[in-house]
Amino acid sequence: MRPKVAFYWCAACGGCEECIVDLGDDLLRVIEAVEIAFWPVALDYKEKDLQAMPDASLDIAFVNGAVRNVEQKDMAELLRAKAKTIVAFGACAQLGGIPGLANLSDSRAILDTAYGENGAPREEYGVDGETLSLPGLLDAVLPLDGVIPVDYYLPGCPPTPNIVRAAFETLLGPDRPPKGAVLAPDHALCEQCPRRGTRSETLAIHEFRRVQACVIQPDTCILEQGVLCLGPSTRAGCEARCIAANMPCTGCFGPTGRVRDFGAKALSAVASVIDAREDQDVASVVDGIADPAGTFFRYSLPSSFLERKCGK
Amino acid sequence: MSEPQSAVRIGVYTCHCGTNIAGVVDVCALANYARGLPNVAVSRDYKYMCSDPGLDLIRHDIHDHDLNRIVVASCSPHLHERTFRAAVRMGGLNPFLFQMVNIREQVSWVHDDRNLANWKARDLLRAAVRRVARHRPLEPTLIAIHPDVLVVGGGIAGIHAALTLANAGKHVYLVEREPSIGGHMARFDKTFPTLDCAACILTPKMSAVRRHPNITLWTYSEVAALEGYVGNYRVTVTRRPRYVSEDLCSGCLQCIEACVYKQAKVADEFNCGLGKRKPIYLQFPQAVPQVPVIDPQNCIQFKSGKCKKTCIDACGDRHAIDLRMQEEQVTIAVGSIILATGFQAYDARRAACYGYGLYPNVYTALEVERLVNASGPTGGDVILRDGRKPATVGIVHCVGSRDENSNSWCSRVCCMYSLKLAHLIKERTGAEIFNLYIDMRTPGKGFEEFYQKLLNERVHFIRGRVAEVTDWALDSSEEGKLVIRVEDTLAGFVRRIPVDMVVLSTGLEPQADAAEVRRLFNISSSKEGFFLERHPKLAPVNTFTDGVFLAGCCQGPKDIPDTVAQSGAAAAEALAIIDAGHIETEPCTAYVVEEACSGCKTCVSLCPYHAISLLAANGRSAINEALCKGCGTCVAACPSGAIAQNLFEDGEIFEEIEGVLSYA
Amino acid sequence: MPEDFEPRIVGFLCNWCTYLSADLAGTSRLKYAPNGRAIRVMCSGRVDPQFVLDAFANGADGVLIGGCHPGDCHYQEGNYKALRRFKLLQRFLQQMGVEPERVRLEWISAAEGDRLKDVVNDMVRTLKILGPSRIQRKKPIKLPEAS
Repeated sequence: MRPKVAFYWCAACGGCEECIVDLGDDLLRVIEAVEIAFWPVALDYKEKDLQAMPDASLDIAFVNGAVRNVEQKDMAELLRAKAKTIVAFGACAQLGGIPGLANLSDSRAILDTAYGENGAPREEYGVDGETLSLPGLLDAVLPLDGVIPVDYYLPGCPPTPNIVRAAFETLLGPDRPPKGAVLAPDHALCEQCPRRGTRSETLAIHEFRRVQACVIQPDTCILEQGVLCLGPSTRAGCEARCIAANMPCTGCFGPTGRVRDFGAKALSAVASVIDAREDQDVASVVDGIADPAGTFFRYSLPSSFLERKCGK
Repeated sequence: MSEPQSAVRIGVYTCHCGTNIAGVVDVCALANYARGLPNVAVSRDYKYMCSDPGLDLIRHDIHDHDLNRIVVASCSPHLHERTFRAAVRMGGLNPFLFQMVNIREQVSWVHDDRNLANWKARDLLRAAVRRVARHRPLEPTLIAIHPDVLVVGGGIAGIHAALTLANAGKHVYLVEREPSIGGHMARFDKTFPTLDCAACILTPKMSAVRRHPNITLWTYSEVAALEGYVGNYRVTVTRRPRYVSEDLCSGCLQCIEACVYKQAKVADEFNCGLGKRKPIYLQFPQAVPQVPVIDPQNCIQFKSGKCKKTCIDACGDRHAIDLRMQEEQVTIAVGSIILATGFQAYDARRAACYGYGLYPNVYTALEVERLVNASGPTGGDVILRDGRKPATVGIVHCVGSRDENSNSWCSRVCCMYSLKLAHLIKERTGAEIFNLYIDMRTPGKGFEEFYQKLLNERVHFIRGRVAEVTDWALDSSEEGKLVIRVEDTLAGFVRRIPVDMVVLSTGLEPQADAAEVRRLFNISSSKEGFFLERHPKLAPVNTFTDGVFLAGCCQGPKDIPDTVAQSGAAAAEALAIIDAGHIETEPCTAYVVEEACSGCKTCVSLCPYHAISLLAANGRSAINEALCKGCGTCVAACPSGAIAQNLFEDGEIFEEIEGVLSYA
Repeated sequence: MPEDFEPRIVGFLCNWCTYLSADLAGTSRLKYAPNGRAIRVMCSGRVDPQFVLDAFANGADGVLIGGCHPGDCHYQEGNYKALRRFKLLQRFLQQMGVEPERVRLEWISAAEGDRLKDVVNDMVRTLKILGPSRIQRKKPIKLPEAS
């Protein structure tokens, strides 16, 4: 009997689904090794198919995307019941991801902004004698483990093919890591970065330069050039693809195992090397980071300590 | 690695501290509360936890109840953390499996509202119980102590400390920035209450310093830089050029005699500007070392290059004078440091109402010391700036002391020295003397008797703070005099007292560069600016920086007996660590979890002690435990959490935060 | 738990300066508001922004970071790092709608017991006006594995 797996997406962009396809030829080996019992994106499965399965009959469910609305919460809970193992697949499921930035606002304000004076869609519509309902927004975006217990995490936005391949091998093999593990190396990206040797031991930043406002030199550490790269804070595993494309790391692989709040730690590390001592001087260097929340908590806001913006 | 939570067994001890804590905090209720917290196996309250029976409670419970963590809720850890850790160790447990809760200095002594104080005490206790569960056994670091000592300041405090240490066989560097040691005491004529001649009791000690094989005396020198930590200090001393070689000079002083300036013309700092000296000079006749100094600001050769250099001729074939001497920087290694940098007198010009600097016959106490001194500018006669001998003298107490407008503290010595000066002036001149005081503070041994003596000498004592000194005469009896206006509070009316001479009893202040000096030595100061002692009663000569001790007025105003006592105490503290050979420091060093480090190098430049470096083999960071001081800055800065701090682990602090706030 | 709103302030106090100033306030028997909860660290440079956020997440109404005056840090420069982190953290907190008065960085030396009293009293006064913290957490806190 081949293990039964499921793929599901919550509040997602589709990139994590694509990365399954990105396995390329290896995808054929995957579908030989497992039976895909549920994959709404690619195959014609419906919710009732999932409901019909006996509990714990799925071996592994890979769930990507953050939890934004009631339907996603319900599906997550259903999958938890039907699957022995839940893997939070990708940054959104692990940390909340980009959709998590909605937590800088609130659902009311978001709907008002999106729909303006036309007003948000009604939650129920009658069509041909049937009632269609739109799932309501939760108060805040949650990572997957905000609604169900999660067994493993696969980091990345999206996880890279190598990480995914390795995850399949690990999860389908005899030696599973302890529950709660993140399936990627447990140290920061600098370990894998080809430019590590060019970062000086005495780096001190007196000005932050934004990516669009300068030309990044290809062979030198990006942080050394004054451009914020979150590589030092971010878990390795992606083999520094963004750096290879001459762009700084934005932190999509999330924190290492010793850090509880990715954004806070990244902020601390960056601030520690600011080259200023007087109140005013520090303030003017810090001004160069236009959007600290968006920069340091780009993928991790819902899983951070504060989770969301304060109430009124 | 910590044990699984179920194996943690905590003993919690709540101290009454008599009524200090129990008067505000309901200690029984707190002990009860602790009993109900997770992992607490034993909870007691006791009157005095730091006493022997209190400490025995801990020791016995560890054994009898198989405890493996201890929490004591009592006073500040700064006071008794060591005491309780020692008791834990005696009980057979690692002393760092211990946490203290401060419910005295930070609760019972500062909060009136009992409900809220108890609420706070419970929160703090809960936090400690959660934190201590995560503590791991640790071993204190041993730091070896270099046996040499640096004494900074060559006044009586520094001299006594240096001699005590040298006599104990330790090598001492005594660094003094004036050309001679002696400090303020060398300027005094007689000392209270015995009227000993200051020079007679000081100069033998000064000579002993010069002769002592274990003392390296560097005068005209200052500490320029300091690196290192207790037991291992590297000090850079700047040796200013005297232009006369200490090794070659025989002390004959013929160079001074022979100087082209036949008359001394330079205002003499030692005599507070009352006398004059030549550009080549000895500070005072008993100066140690007996080696003249050339002052390049006033020496013709330095100013114009065109002097006959009769001084060099007079020196002859000793060739001791070397005008090409350069400033030198010397670096030495010492294990401990005693700061004895003394005080400065309050600048009487700041008390504008007393007319110092305006009226020539207003003097400061130090100036009068020089007048009455036989080796002073007037040979021991009290002669005013206009050449007259005073027939009436007013001595104004508390100038720059006990005053909201200048210094709020009492300078402790001024009442006694004011009495002394009253006696000496009267002895030399037979003048009528008025002491204008606020309170007479004569507490020391023999001091009350000295006061009685002065009362018997018919010195007038008027109780009142002097409002002003003026030369504006209201009638003929005041013409040509200085008039002291003061409310005589005992008689109940305002007086005008015409006198020939006014003496201002100026208070003692921290030295002008006290702030730079304390930063150099990494110590703190109290609000007034005097160097801060670790504890006024339990550790009056220690500072919060291990290995740096205090002696004399740099720590606060005091007289010579107390200075010498304190200086001996400082020497004893230094001797204690030198002879022990090492000290134990708190094992709160940071460490890199090597497999977690990604080699990002963020930490390397953050350490002011250069304790962090990169391993050549894999480019990861490593922390040198001997250099790490345990501040934890690198721990917070590490972007991926690869650096941790013993005793202040992230996990331990999170438990404390969550414990203090959450009622779970 | 008190009936009327009593704000809770978590104070990260450096061992050599601010913690001692609180002790000094104690030995001087100065009276001040009992709303502070001191957490001792060796240096203000140890204060990780994670601690500040964890305090808020657990219900703190205010956070105080106390260190030595610039130039006086017992460990030379730790307080400068604390300042830099604080400034960046302040910007983030503003974006998250946390009122700036809720987090303070104060330089209080070991001799300034009365200053500590004033700072705590001032913070409590301000927080009573601002009201309880408006952080909205839903997820229970997960503690890291003991290592």
